[in-house]
Amino acid sequence: MTTRIPRIAPSEITPQEVYFNRRAFLTGVAAAAAGAALGRAAAAVVPAGSGAPLACTFDGAESVGALVHAPDQNEKPNTWYQITHFNNYYEFGTSKTDPAEYAGRLQTRPWSITVAGEAQRTGTFALEDFLKPYALEERIYRFRCVEAWSMVIPWVGIPLAAMLKRLEPTSRARYVAFESLYRPGQMPGQKVPILSWPYREGLRIDEAMNPLAFMVVGLYGRVLPNQNGAPLRLIVPWKYGFKGIKAIVRITFTETQPPTTWSRARPDYYGFYANVNPNVPTPGWSQESELRIGNPFFHQRQKTLMFNGYGEEVAYLYKGMNLREHF
Amino acid sequence: MTHTVLRTPKPLLGLTAERRYRFIYKPVVFLACLIPLAWMTCSLFGWLGCSVAVDPVKFLERRCGKTALNLIMLTLMVTPVRHLARLPNLLRLRRMLGLFAFFYVLLHFTVYVALDLDFDWHMVGADILKRPYITVGFSALLLLIPLAMTSTNRMMRRLGRRWSRLHRLLYLIAALAVWHFYWQEKIDERTPLTYAAVLAILLAYRLARSKRVRPMLAGAYARLHGLIGSSGLPRRTSDCLVPTKAAGCDTDQPP
Repeated sequence: MTTRIPRIAPSEITPQEVYFNRRAFLTGVAAAAAGAALGRAAAAVVPAGSGAPLACTFDGAESVGALVHAPDQNEKPNTWYQITHFNNYYEFGTSKTDPAEYAGRLQTRPWSITVAGEAQRTGTFALEDFLKPYALEERIYRFRCVEAWSMVIPWVGIPLAAMLKRLEPTSRARYVAFESLYRPGQMPGQKVPILSWPYREGLRIDEAMNPLAFMVVGLYGRVLPNQNGAPLRLIVPWKYGFKGIKAIVRITFTETQPPTTWSRARPDYYGFYANVNPNVPTPGWSQESELRIGNPFFHQRQKTLMFNGYGEEVAYLYKGMNLREHF
Repeated sequence: MTHTVLRTPKPLLGLTAERRYRFIYKPVVFLACLIPLAWMTCSLFGWLGCSVAVDPVKFLERRCGKTALNLIMLTLMVTPVRHLARLPNLLRLRRMLGLFAFFYVLLHFTVYVALDLDFDWHMVGADILKRPYITVGFSALLLLIPLAMTSTNRMMRRLGRRWSRLHRLLYLIAALAVWHFYWQEKIDERTPLTYAAVLAILLAYRLARSKRVRPMLAGAYARLHGLIGSSGLPRRTSDCLVPTKAAGCDTDQPP
C-alpha cells in the first residue's frame, strides 16, 4: 500500500466564484474574514450563519490523495449552496431539497458513538471525547452518486484508518459496519418505510484502512451542516455516494460481511462494494458518464472514471475480483 | 331527476358560449399552460427571484416530463368533468391541452438529448434500446405524433369516425407515460403510483360507459338491487350510472 502525494494540493484549488448567489457570496466574504484563516477553501463561499469554523490542518503532505488529478474533468469545488442544497438523505425525505429544509431540527448535541464487536476498545463514547485525539484535515474529493451525478467537495475530517486503529480491532475483525441514527421524531423520512431504518453501511477492513477513507466532521472549514450528515459521516471517494453513511452512532467490527441498506433494498441495483465503475451499468441506467453539478447546463456531462479516478490508490484492494459480480 | 334538460348558459359579458371560450377561456388556458415554461426559464437563469436549481439539467428534464404527464391527465379529465359537471363546452379546450402536452413531451425529449446526453446520439440510441423505461417513454412520444398531426379541424373532418378511434391511442400513451415515470423511480414510488391510480379511475370511467360494458354493469346493478332491496340505493338504474346520451354527451369523441 503506497501513500501518494497529491498531484494538486487542496490549497491550490480555490473556488473562483459563486455561480448564482451573489448575496451569499458577499456576506460569505465577511464571515470568512471573521473566521480568519480557518479553512482555505472556505474563502468566499460560506454564507453567513453556517456552522462554526473548525481548526484544521491543510498540510498537503499529511493529507493524502486530496484531489486526484483528472485533466479531463472540471476540478473546481462545488459551491457551499450546491453541496448543501442537493442531498440524498432519505431520513429527511426523498427530494433533493428535503434535507436542506428539514435537517435543521435534528439535535446533534449531545451525541454518542457506540463501538462494538471484534475490537479491544469497545463501549459508548461522547462524540467530543471520541474525536479529541485527532487533528482535522481538509480533503478535496470527487463525489460520485450512483444516480450518475457528481461534485467536488472540500471535506474536513479524520482518516478512517487512524480512528479504527485506535479502537484496536482484533484479528477476527474482517469487516467494519456503521449504523445511522434512528430518531423518527427529528428525521421525518424515517416514518416512511421506503428503506429499512436505521441506515446501515459497511466496508471490508482493508478498504476501511485505505488512506483515502475519511470520517467527515466539516465542510469548507466549517462544522458539517446537518443535511450533509452531521455530526459524523463517512466518505469513501472511490465508491458511490450511498456508501457514505451519515449521522453515525454505531461502529461494529465483524467477522462476516454486514448487511447494508441499499443492497438489501434492491440487490439487483446496489451491491455491497459499490465501487464507481463505468463498465458496470446499474440495470436502470448507464454509469459510463455523469452529470457534473456546477458545469454549465449546456455541457454538464463528463466521462466517469474507474474507481472515480482513485484507481492508483485503491485498485490493489480488488485484485483478482470479478467486479461485474461484486458490483 | 332527469338529464334531458341542458343548462342554459349564463350570459357572461353578454357573450355567447362560443365567444366566451374563444376570447376569454382559451387565452387564459393558453397562458396557464405556458406558466411551467416561464417558471423553468426563470429558475434556469435566476430571474424574478426564482430559486436556481442546483442540477439544472435534471430539473428541466423532470419538470418538462411532469408537466407533460399532468397535461395528458388533464386532457383525459375533460370528458368526465364535462359529463359530471355538465359543461359540454369544455370540449373546446381539449385540443389545446393535448397539444401543450405534446409540446412539453418534445421539450422533455429535447432537454434529454441536448442537455442531459450532450447530443451523444450513440448514447441516445443505446438508452432507447437498452433501458426499458426509456423505450416506453420514447414509444409514447412516437405515438403522440400522429395525434398531433391529426388535430386540425380539416383532419378531423377527413377522418370522420376513424378520428375518434385513432385518438383513443391517448389511453395507451397515458399508460406508457405513467409506466415510464414509475420505472425511472429509484425506490420511492408513491408519486407514480398516485398517477397510476388517477389514470385507472379515468380509464375505468370510459370502460363503464362503453357500449359493451354498460349493459353488463346495469345488469349487475339490477341484481345487486334485487339482493339487498331498495334501501339506500336509487330506484332507477339510469340514476346510478354516469349521465349518458341524454346529457348531450353523445357528440363527443374520445379521449
